[in-house]
Amino acid sequence: MPQVAIIDYGSGNLRSAAKAFERALDGKGEVAVTAEAAALAHASHIVLPGVGAFADCLRGVTALPGMVDALRRQALEGGKPFLGICVGMQLLADRGLEHGDHAGLGWIGGEVRRLEPRDPTLKVPHMGWNEVATAAPHPLFEGLSNAHFYFVHSYHFVPKAAAARLAVTDYGGGIAAAVGRDNLVGTQFHPEKSQSAGLRLLANFLRWRP
Amino acid sequence: MLKVRLIPCLDVKGGRVVKGVRFVDLRDAGDPAEQARLYDAAGADELCFLDIAASHEARDILLDAVSRTAEQCFMPLTVGGGVRTLEDIRRLLLAGADKVSINTEAVRRPEFVSEAAEKFGSQCITIAIDARRTPEGFGVYTHGGHNAAGIDAIAWAQRMAALGAGEILLTSMDRDGTKLGFDLDLTRAVVDTVPIPVIASGGVGTLDHLVDGVRQGHAQAVLAASIFHFGEHTIAEAKNHMKAAGVAIREPPAP
Repeated sequence: MPQVAIIDYGSGNLRSAAKAFERALDGKGEVAVTAEAAALAHASHIVLPGVGAFADCLRGVTALPGMVDALRRQALEGGKPFLGICVGMQLLADRGLEHGDHAGLGWIGGEVRRLEPRDPTLKVPHMGWNEVATAAPHPLFEGLSNAHFYFVHSYHFVPKAAAARLAVTDYGGGIAAAVGRDNLVGTQFHPEKSQSAGLRLLANFLRWRP
Repeated sequence: MLKVRLIPCLDVKGGRVVKGVRFVDLRDAGDPAEQARLYDAAGADELCFLDIAASHEARDILLDAVSRTAEQCFMPLTVGGGVRTLEDIRRLLLAGADKVSINTEAVRRPEFVSEAAEKFGSQCITIAIDARRTPEGFGVYTHGGHNAAGIDAIAWAQRMAALGAGEILLTSMDRDGTKLGFDLDLTRAVVDTVPIPVIASGGVGTLDHLVDGVRQGHAQAVLAASIFHFGEHTIAEAKNHMKAAGVAIREPPAP
């Protein structure tokens, strides 16, 4: 039975992420919202949510005693399935260029830059439902070919390696809708706000055996 | 490609829906969370709660409705009405709102918008602008359209974007409740000058009005209340109509 740990570092609305996972689990597993580094040892799946600014979120995570080390040990080295959502995904980059130049966790090579859609009529933030196409089949997107997900962001992840870009959406040019490698995945969109497609993606994540 | 958002709006007073859908299968038609659940299932792109009384006494009831909605609805929820302090915003977000909409307080104290955007992020700060035609152009109104603020609506929208608003909810008070359609001149004038998304609101009486708001008003999202409330139209009908008219819209779930 999956034991999902959602990291609570004071970022926005964890309630919806927790509720969406509970719905996706349908009673067959547990969800814990936690600020305790030690709790990750008991988790089978680790989720790093995030809304707000890059540096604020990073500060929030690093302020939790032992949390970055625990994430590294359990997810990066330990191989537990890891999902970053929105800014939680962007934190995996080497650096973030929102309000300055900030070092990220550096788990997936690349940087987070401001959206500059080629079409000047396109607004920033990129806000609403957009179609997501996978670069190659990935278990996270099983049954979700060209599904719509809810986005709200002004910065986007530009991965160094093309292979790290798992899925793309079009907003005045292709932008990374999901990134990942090995047991690590991150979505720019909010699966917890994406109705049935989002719940399906969370269920896929829970079934995933990387 | 990004789709146009169709956003139903529920007017809430004292924590109860005063203008809402007459769904036959509702256990409690006055409960905002119950109505939200049906809109979620119908494939609404977002939902908006507008607390029209915004009394202190009823605030906890609203927060309770927001949290019950967030527990069963997996779509973005914007809550507006009576948002005056950072603490008001914090409580709404913690209850499960994704965005808050700010109106009168932004007019009273514009720096509140930048404080809110810095603290919670632009993505959750929607600025509601109530506008009316004036001899000079379009003016900003507060207190439900009663008080002229003496500010030009287009310049105001630009200023709000510069102060960190994430989107603008633009309501024509001339058209609100008339069913004559959006004020398309107003909508287009604002959309074409601000860098952030704009939700057109006020006046929708037919499904064609929704199409007009996008094609002629250039809006990124359209908000409607009454056409959904009395069973005149469903979300699916509205979406199918918009799609047939060439608007890029997310299809409703299969029945």
